[in-house]
Amino acid sequence: MYWAQILTYVSLFIAFVAMIAKALRYFRAPESFRWELYPVPHEKGRAEYGGSYLEELDWWSKPRHSDWFKEISEMMQEIFLLKGVYHNNRKVWTFSLPFHLGCYFTIGWLLLLTLGGILEVAGVPIASDGNTISILIYYATFVCGYVGLVLAGVGALGLFMWRASDRAQRRYNSPADYINLAAFVAVVTVALIVHLSVDPVFDTLRGYVGSLVTFGAATPPGTLMTVEIVMISLLIMYVPLTRMSHFVAKYYLYHSVRWNDEPNMRGSKLEKRLVELLNEKVAWSGDHIKTGKKWVDVVQESGNEQ
Amino acid sequence: MSSKDVKIKNFGKKTDQLYKIDLSDLPKLPYPYEDWEDTPIPEIPDIKRNGKNITLDGILNVAVPEPQTEEEKEAMVAKFLEGLGKLLSKENNWTFLKPFLLSLDNCVKCNTCSDACPVFEMSGGAEIYRPLFRSDVLRRIIKKHFSPGGKLMAKFTGADIDLNWDTIARLAQLAYRCNLCRRCAQTCPMGVDNGLIAREIRKLFSQELNIAPAELHGEGTVKQLDTGSSTGISPVALMDLMDFVEEDITDRTGLNIKIPFDKAGADILLIHNAGEFLSWPENIEAFAIIFELAGLNWTLSSEMVGYDSVNYGLFYDDAQLAKVTLKHAEVAKKLGVKKVVVGECGHAHKAIMAIGDRIWLGESNIPRESSMVTLEDLIMNEKIMVDPSRNEFPVTLHDPCNLTRSMGVIEPQRRVIKKICPQFREMTPHGVNNYCCGGGSGFAIMQSNNFPNWRYLVPGRKKFDQILKAFTRDELSPETKKYVCAPCSNCKGQIRDLLTYYDAWDKAGIMYGGLVELIVNAMVDVREGFHEWDFH
Repeated sequence: MYWAQILTYVSLFIAFVAMIAKALRYFRAPESFRWELYPVPHEKGRAEYGGSYLEELDWWSKPRHSDWFKEISEMMQEIFLLKGVYHNNRKVWTFSLPFHLGCYFTIGWLLLLTLGGILEVAGVPIASDGNTISILIYYATFVCGYVGLVLAGVGALGLFMWRASDRAQRRYNSPADYINLAAFVAVVTVALIVHLSVDPVFDTLRGYVGSLVTFGAATPPGTLMTVEIVMISLLIMYVPLTRMSHFVAKYYLYHSVRWNDEPNMRGSKLEKRLVELLNEKVAWSGDHIKTGKKWVDVVQESGNEQ
Repeated sequence: MSSKDVKIKNFGKKTDQLYKIDLSDLPKLPYPYEDWEDTPIPEIPDIKRNGKNITLDGILNVAVPEPQTEEEKEAMVAKFLEGLGKLLSKENNWTFLKPFLLSLDNCVKCNTCSDACPVFEMSGGAEIYRPLFRSDVLRRIIKKHFSPGGKLMAKFTGADIDLNWDTIARLAQLAYRCNLCRRCAQTCPMGVDNGLIAREIRKLFSQELNIAPAELHGEGTVKQLDTGSSTGISPVALMDLMDFVEEDITDRTGLNIKIPFDKAGADILLIHNAGEFLSWPENIEAFAIIFELAGLNWTLSSEMVGYDSVNYGLFYDDAQLAKVTLKHAEVAKKLGVKKVVVGECGHAHKAIMAIGDRIWLGESNIPRESSMVTLEDLIMNEKIMVDPSRNEFPVTLHDPCNLTRSMGVIEPQRRVIKKICPQFREMTPHGVNNYCCGGGSGFAIMQSNNFPNWRYLVPGRKKFDQILKAFTRDELSPETKKYVCAPCSNCKGQIRDLLTYYDAWDKAGIMYGGLVELIVNAMVDVREGFHEWDFH
């Protein structure tokens, strides 16, 4: 097996484990006190002005109407247009939007290369003169690849320049933050040079990806492309170890905290989870907390506080 | 060193005062305050300082006792780290672990939060008040001391901070330079909540190191649980006060109303912020008039804690927060009421309704409702009749953060005020995007040392600016009486203090009050003139 293949496998494995670990960190965190923040988009008829079902007389006795379409629409606008950044920090949005869109296109490109690789192994060549699926994948890969690389590169470079030139940014960003963006710029630049010079329609790279899928031997694709493969592999491994993989957390930040307005009703599953948590033992050593007791016992003490 | 541009890596440096407010940095106020000269913040004399660390900005609200020896300092640092470990554990901090971890891990340092923060803006951009500054001090400590290889990689990962006694003492103070208004979180593209991080820092200091402002702890939750109210009003004193309230209702309106207490099986248990009993009894009276004339089956409680909706635990300590809110639940359950209605108090709304939602369990899970909603039903469905012409003066509305941004109760109070006040106008921005009054997170009740001066000059300045801009130049003459409606006891206290500090009653004719006072003032079944233009 070609050594770069092993590197790619290791990178993918580390990235997978890191992403799972990150998701589990938040998934396993217990139910917390309510801490939602309005506007909450699924509040039907109220989201526009930031209202909630708590505006309803005797709200607990009435059915709650959630507008899931509105919530999904809000998510889509957040994911694909960076709506929050657009409204609150236009300067960042100018670079952040191309960067994010570039990343989405690039991910799409890698998936299309994988799909194309699988089809080629299965005997369906990906080419501009093949069958409909083949042609579709051929052109989609072409478009996603170049659009993605250019947008991600321009966005990363813009963000790098912004973080380097803005006083507040310089104060709060660590060397690692600059290296993260520089790594994107470097990988994208190398990838563009490689493909514009030796592999313009990604045939060679598709062949390499195909070999990964089949665990087959790959022909070393030349020095330039090997450099690209190594750089992409390292980036795939590196990103989940940094906060650039914040999309996992953002899901929880929005759905478990910011938009979580689920009321606790008597006899609900939520109530059962909360009762269990009240039995956790507390180790705080403040004078007003009896260390070692269960949470429920600590908070049911009354009077004669210290 | 005393600079507006403090860097985090210098946060623990030995110096008498890290930052000193320069009045010339503060943004100018609009008409008629263009030439207003602010009073400099008084320095704390040594005798008052009395061994407390005020090396952050020279402001004293949370008393951080200065250890006498290096060994004691080291012990405090160790205890802080121990507490930080607990803050990061499920057993000790299940109450907020998930949002805390999410906010700690995922800030992308875009600084969008800074533009949303009234404290940072109105300080003229003092670096230590930047929302990110405080959070990043904590992040760097955690990164350095709780991450594998944290110390080794400190420079590379941006965890270069000295953890010493000064760092800790200043962090405790810095946690009390945030109103916890969560405006920063609202604008954060990631959803990171710097307000929550500030609260978690407060919690660590309270729950592990016994450090909390006296007004919140000793004179706040502890007193409330011991005597029944943070105001010190005992159940016996409460009944005396009620005699006065009933007499005053008769004097003002000619109505004879007997305020119901401890009525078992009532439909509604109304809980007021006990500050109203002492400072604004007209608010208690107005609620009683409205509920009685609407024919509601309601009651107040004279049980310990049951007559005071205040819960300062919300601002600094989960154990105290839960203890107080469980007392409220116990009182409601014992009375067997159908629902609890929270009076005009924003943080009580959040403690009883939102936080209570996760801790009023089983049979204690009595439904809870905002008085804004109850009042809207009475007014909009004409269960009480109003004559808006009685409120023929300019009125604007302040939105309490806890009620709006944290709970989404936005429109009921607006529908009421639009119906009863013909000259109503909004502040900009308002509703869910409002600005805090500057007294949020307990600041409004902190009246000692030089903290009130800071509160008026920095966080309160934004609200005062908004209030002034809500009225036209012509209206801002002292002869035109104007009303800032603040349906929250703490906000009302802060706005009273702001208007007093800026001499706004005499200089611009601006008065403040609650919502129910305006309703009663417009009620056709009540003698005219319930609202008095008597600034107090």
